[in-house]
Amino acid sequence: MQNERLMNLQNPLKRWAVKEGGAYAFLSPYALMFIIFIVAPVLMAALLSFTFFDTIQFPRWIGLKNYIVLLTQDDIFMRYVLPNTIQFAVIVGPGGYALAFILAWMLAQLPRIPRAVFALILYSPSMTSGVAMTVVWQAFFSGDPNGYLNSFLLQLNLIQEPIQWLQSPQYLMPVMIIVTLWSSMGIGFLAMLAGILEINPELYEAASLDGVSSRFQEIFYITIPSMKPQMLFGAVMAIVSTFQAGAIGVTLSGSNPTPQYAGQLIVNHIEDYGFLRYEMGYAAAVSVVLLLMVLFFARVANRLFASED
Amino acid sequence: MLQKLRRKFFGIRNSGINPRGFHVSQLQFYVLLLPLSAVMILPIIFIFSHAFKPPEELFAYPPRFFVVNPTFKNFVDLFNRFSASGIPVSRYLFNSISITLVTVTTSIFVSSTAAFVLSKKRFGLKKFLFTVNTVALMFVPIAVTIPRFLIIERLNLLDTFWVHILPMLALPVGLFLIKQFIDGIPDEVIEAAEIDGASDFYIYWNIILPMIRPAIATIAILTFQATWNNAEISNLYITQESLKTFAFYLTTLTATSAGANPVAGQGIAAAASLIMFLPNLIIFLILQSQVMSTMSHSGLK
Repeated sequence: MQNERLMNLQNPLKRWAVKEGGAYAFLSPYALMFIIFIVAPVLMAALLSFTFFDTIQFPRWIGLKNYIVLLTQDDIFMRYVLPNTIQFAVIVGPGGYALAFILAWMLAQLPRIPRAVFALILYSPSMTSGVAMTVVWQAFFSGDPNGYLNSFLLQLNLIQEPIQWLQSPQYLMPVMIIVTLWSSMGIGFLAMLAGILEINPELYEAASLDGVSSRFQEIFYITIPSMKPQMLFGAVMAIVSTFQAGAIGVTLSGSNPTPQYAGQLIVNHIEDYGFLRYEMGYAAAVSVVLLLMVLFFARVANRLFASED
Repeated sequence: MLQKLRRKFFGIRNSGINPRGFHVSQLQFYVLLLPLSAVMILPIIFIFSHAFKPPEELFAYPPRFFVVNPTFKNFVDLFNRFSASGIPVSRYLFNSISITLVTVTTSIFVSSTAAFVLSKKRFGLKKFLFTVNTVALMFVPIAVTIPRFLIIERLNLLDTFWVHILPMLALPVGLFLIKQFIDGIPDEVIEAAEIDGASDFYIYWNIILPMIRPAIATIAILTFQATWNNAEISNLYITQESLKTFAFYLTTLTATSAGANPVAGQGIAAAASLIMFLPNLIIFLILQSQVMSTMSHSGLK
């Protein structure tokens, strides 16, 4: 037995199998799913973006044409989708993130039980799904006088006639932003809360001896630097959920494209071209642009919160 | 006595981060947090209140926020309904429950085995693979629906039970959180077991798994939310009505409630929304302390 084992070890491949094989075996189910559903689709999107593909014929290589069309001829993309996406992402992303941090910081100043109650209240919106909330938002923002918001404003005489919250280009975007912010205190918020609570209280005492006096200074000199890893995790989660939330405009208004493209975000543009017009190559190019945008913002976050060591 | 009160209200440990008790300096936070939480919880309360409203209250003018005469009528109506293609509502619910159960269980094992070796074993690609997974935290699934569709089509997974489950198993944030959590277990524990001749599987099953319960609870919640709330997969990859999920059925309710039968639609859609939301809340309530202890390991360096 022992001898046989030694013999086997002579063979480099077998030696590898004994030493590392087990690790790869443990890893393989996850790795397989990861490759099939994350790596392969990303690579495929990158490849398809250089082709013309209508799902019927085999993809035809057309080089950079999709990207050129996207940047020069896609009027809707340039006039609505890109500005909308940037507006939405800037307010919901950094805005939601800052809000999450401030709320987490305030919660950390409270004793355990009220803190748990507030954390639950603030986190629970992120447990709702777009689907389940459609009913609520449709009732809240309904365009007829019977809608909750309209009825409330009418009673206060703030408006004279009902507003089409979800169908008018003017209001759709603000409603989308509010709804998304409402549900943005998710896992990143919990991570930051945990991060703040983990900070060694002696750091604050030492700082106060060093002349840090206001709460504001404390945040900048102690709190944030001591929890950079959680800040970065929160930032990445904020970026991803911001772009992932792109379907909200279509969910709220009930149509893709949204009324006069007012709530059209890059994600809807992909769906519009991919599943409604079957221009898969072009849609893939838009997906690549989206992934690059996410990567870019994540890099910015990395710059801000990377740990020194 | 006075001393004690003074300490209670002005003591050092009652102010600042993670205080033990009440302190006047906390009032400012309550003043800000109370109204904000009240506003944030309104839609949640509304889900509950709306689901129990009888028809005359659903369409009362002016609309009323809170239910006055609560009734289970909407739920009864919901479960007596058949979808447009003749599938009873309970079938969608059954699909959702079984899909979610299988996904959550499988996901726990798939992520924790991978996290175990990425944290505690030594092998060639370890660093590289973890970096790849960290980059994948930034992955936005919605961006690649189209290539995903093409792959799922090639693998003959369209219109199967598995298409609901398999894509959910690749959850980079789940692997990441468990791995960070296992990093907190001292290497000596594993080494001691190895010296005693324990196999990798034995170590994983008998040592690691019992020690990472909080992390498991956390990814169970994340996977649960992603799966239970998922209408997208039924929408894109499933054509056979009897394989679709409850979340998907709810989207059909809200879409048609504007047209066909708004009066009946509103009530059952409200009941269905509550059924969608409630399990999320209950599971989080049960597991919340575990989640918080996992989150303190969540840092991204």
